[in-house]
Amino acid sequence: MEQLKTIGRELAMGSQGGFGQSKEFLDLVKSIGEARSKAEEDRIVLREIETLKRRLLEPDIPKRKMKEYIIRLLYVEMLGHDASFGYIHAVKMTHDDALPLKRTGYLAVTLFLSDDHDLIILIVNTIQKDLRSDNYLVVCAALNAVCKLINDETIPAVLPQVVELLGHSKEAVRKKAVMALHRFYQKSPGAVSHLVSNFRKRLCDNDPGVMGASLCPLFDLVTIDAKSYKDLVSSFVSILKQVAERRLPKSYDYHQMPAPFIQVKLLKILALLGSGDKQASESMYTVLGDIIRKSDSSTNIGNAVLYECICCVASIHPNPKLLESAADVIAKFLKSDSHNLKYMGIDALGRLIKLSPQIAEQHQLAVIDCLEDPDDTLKRKTFELLYKMTKSSNVEVIVDRMVDYMISISDDHYKTYIASRCVELAEQFAPSNHWFIQTMNKVFEHAGDLVNIKVAHNLMRLIAEGFGEDDDATDSQLRSSAVESYLRIIGEPKLPSMFLQVICWVLGEYGTADGKHSASYISGKLCDIAEAYSNDETVKAYAISALMKIYAFEVAAGRKVDMLPECQSFIEELLASHSTDLQQRAYELQAVVGLDAQAVQAILPRDTRCEEIEVDKDLSFLNGYVDQAIEKGAQPYIAEDERNGMGNVSNLRSQDQHESIQHGLRFEAYELPKPPMQSKVDPVSSTDVVPVPEALSYRETHPISSVGSTSEAGSSELKLRLDGVQKKWGRPTYSTPTSSTTNSPSEKPANGASHVDSATASYSKSRDSQNTKKTEIDPEKQKLAASLFGGSSQPERRSSTGHKASRSSGGAADGSRGSKAVEKTIQQPPPPDLLDFSDEPTVTSALPSVDPFKQLEGLLDSSMSSTTNHNAGTATIAPDIMSLYGDSTASQDSLDIFHGLSTEPTGATSGETTVTTLPQSVKGPNAKDALEKDALVRQMGVNPTSQNPNLFRDLLG
Amino acid sequence: MIHFVLLISRQGKVRLTKWYSPYSQKERSKVIRELSSEILSRGPKLCNFVEWRGFKVVYKRYASLYFCICSDQDDNELETLSIIHHYVETLDRYFGSVCELDLIFNFHKAYFILDEILLAGEMQETSKRTTLRLIAAQEELLEAAKEEASSLSSIIAQATK
Repeated sequence: MEQLKTIGRELAMGSQGGFGQSKEFLDLVKSIGEARSKAEEDRIVLREIETLKRRLLEPDIPKRKMKEYIIRLLYVEMLGHDASFGYIHAVKMTHDDALPLKRTGYLAVTLFLSDDHDLIILIVNTIQKDLRSDNYLVVCAALNAVCKLINDETIPAVLPQVVELLGHSKEAVRKKAVMALHRFYQKSPGAVSHLVSNFRKRLCDNDPGVMGASLCPLFDLVTIDAKSYKDLVSSFVSILKQVAERRLPKSYDYHQMPAPFIQVKLLKILALLGSGDKQASESMYTVLGDIIRKSDSSTNIGNAVLYECICCVASIHPNPKLLESAADVIAKFLKSDSHNLKYMGIDALGRLIKLSPQIAEQHQLAVIDCLEDPDDTLKRKTFELLYKMTKSSNVEVIVDRMVDYMISISDDHYKTYIASRCVELAEQFAPSNHWFIQTMNKVFEHAGDLVNIKVAHNLMRLIAEGFGEDDDATDSQLRSSAVESYLRIIGEPKLPSMFLQVICWVLGEYGTADGKHSASYISGKLCDIAEAYSNDETVKAYAISALMKIYAFEVAAGRKVDMLPECQSFIEELLASHSTDLQQRAYELQAVVGLDAQAVQAILPRDTRCEEIEVDKDLSFLNGYVDQAIEKGAQPYIAEDERNGMGNVSNLRSQDQHESIQHGLRFEAYELPKPPMQSKVDPVSSTDVVPVPEALSYRETHPISSVGSTSEAGSSELKLRLDGVQKKWGRPTYSTPTSSTTNSPSEKPANGASHVDSATASYSKSRDSQNTKKTEIDPEKQKLAASLFGGSSQPERRSSTGHKASRSSGGAADGSRGSKAVEKTIQQPPPPDLLDFSDEPTVTSALPSVDPFKQLEGLLDSSMSSTTNHNAGTATIAPDIMSLYGDSTASQDSLDIFHGLSTEPTGATSGETTVTTLPQSVKGPNAKDALEKDALVRQMGVNPTSQNPNLFRDLLG
Repeated sequence: MIHFVLLISRQGKVRLTKWYSPYSQKERSKVIRELSSEILSRGPKLCNFVEWRGFKVVYKRYASLYFCICSDQDDNELETLSIIHHYVETLDRYFGSVCELDLIFNFHKAYFILDEILLAGEMQETSKRTTLRLIAAQEELLEAAKEEASSLSSIIAQATK
């Protein structure tokens, strides 16, 4: 009897709740649901994998069972585990004749396999067969699989059939055939390029679904080549017009909007077609205006269409009237309480700002609010907008903000992005070199390893070249301020390698230049760096080169070099380094320090970084030496290309002209390294950037010439050209007699900061007088607004402030009205079909600590057996049980999220209050369903415990 | 174009994944891990969009379930949000006041419905009625089998009473 009962229950489960799976699978899902950690979940899944492996090996598995195994495999794969051992069974299932099995088989293979999987070849045949099936549902299932599984190699196998299906009598098939052909086009445009005219044909399909589907490929085609589709402009416009006039069947309506998804697609296409085409654009103006007027801005989808209209208006040939209405929509977005709409508003503003720059000013405070919003996404979007509107007058404020934000985030991807934006803006609009260096320092300090190495080289070049004008005093001031700032910064822990390279180089070149710091102080600092970052060879190389320069300057100046013990040990360490490059640099340093002042000055002259280096490519200065050697019987040098084909000529040998190159192999020992006597001969002067050379095979025999050649290579590599910089470094439009290298207040007025103050003053004054409403606005924000949006031309601002203030006051009035309207919609109670019983604070507060389920245990169990036949009876107690399942904490905030999108906002009056008092009446017929479902899962042992009470909540609350 | 659809519970459990662009199993786990930690930690008042690796992820919470769609940078976020809602509404009509539990135990049906709305990363059908009619047609055969089981179960239930 007991047994029979269980069987009955299981059968009931299968039929009632629609969970057509076995107890075993339900248990699995349940235990996964109850797993408290990822590790526990993994253990359960691994056990399941073992079970499935065993089961799948059994002979003669009944088809129903097999279907379940496949679904269980799907489950395993969905949870991130490998179910490849069962793929073949899914493939086999696609061969089955019964549709439910075939459908499951296709679903499984589309989820399991990528289009380059080996098993695809076993499916292509089945797909071909199914595409020819009489049953359109089979054809649909096959087409779904085609979209996912067919790759460019297998396209020819199914292409004729897919094309044929474009004319199928069932619209569902035609639609999927269009999507499949689109997919083919994406994967291999060449294979289907002769068939694209089919998409045009399908645009005129009787069925709106097929027409809508054909817009996807057409959008792609227009994106690639708008010109060939200009003839369709009138068709698209007329379709859009018909859609907007509600000519499509009612079933395409979505939230009272006529086919909005189709409208959005069409608007996207029109934006592309109208771009830069006055004639085409003109044909769109009317319909665009109509849609903007008609769109319902209280729903998400209505706003989606409005946003798309703005994008279209911004993209096509401008029309003042449309721009104006687009600006109105943007204003509505920005004033909305919804972050989503603000985000869209900021984005739309960025699109429109190129066409009508003045609209940004209207919204300056809204933009600043978004910039200071705690929502990262919104903030980033706003930075995007600011990036678009940066000019020399507001670059300081914008970049400073960006840098601050960059420091605060940890996401490397975005950090790199915003760092490069900062650098780009700073390079383009920097008002002064001093500011540029300070900004770069910050960028390097916090994102040094993420920025492009060229940025570092640019910075070094800038410090070396200064303003590039005649003013030497400011240049050296700039350099010493850079040195000062670096000496301050190096104390900080964990600086990025690239920044350290810049620091080392600057300290080496200019550390002792102004005489403020002694050589031993700077060299001590350099050794500290090298010691602190002893794992970083590049930094060490920069440090030792810098040390060499410091000592060389000392020697050249006739002072005695007093090497610190730590420097000594650092050099010794490098002399024995495994890196030949470091070793070579250390040897060079030793050699240079030992020379007399004149020679050193020739090797490393001071302050010649900006001088062009004439490279003697023929090495004519060696001629005498070569002749001498030839006289003594050495072989003349043969160029490398001539030497090629002579067998194994090693790199090493190619450097040595004395070597006989006649025999292929050498058996005698290598020669000893020669003393570095050539250094005296070599007049190549030290140059600026000495990057770590790639070529590590230079030998110590030619130390100086190798320095020369590396720096030469470096300079060509790094493109240290003087001309490029000057152009970029546009001065601000207003006069800057001496750019702000000092912080003296007397220089400030030149730099835009004073504009801010005075502008703000006039701004706020006019505001105060005209608009008392706005007085509570934070003066900080106003200041920021003024510096961001104005400040380029003071007189202009002054004349326009009154005008603007009145405009913004009008806007504010609008805004308050708008927000009231929004509030109204928000307070609108949830729809009458309130499927959700958990939003009842009263219930939960009445039973704060008692577990409601414990109390209900008995009740449910007794009612359980009757659920199968006596649904009507249980329905009456349903509401109470449901209400007890609620949890107040989660329900409160989730309610907040939902109300904006309430499905059918019919004018339900006091929905919420009714819920609290009379929940039964609201739940209506759905209570039965809900309770059944509920009872069923409880029967299986899934309890809505505190762990996840929301499992039982209706998604559309 | 849509690159993938994810359904994640508030506890970070995966309820459904659908990939329209190629991702290896390893990448998939990484994507899910990254996104679920990012999305689940966002406050309720913030906007429903997250910029992620040069894509946009639009998400929406329904009860304790997060529906996420990753789409291209230039796609309309509000439209994507509406696609999510359209899917949920379709599920709701199909299951009759859908809850998370329905999706847990019937995830394959959720897949079938998704396949009728989105295909190859684009929206193929925007009419709920058309979608559901097709699903119903596919399940007709199944329904017949179910009815049989149901009548059998009531017989047994009555017998055991």
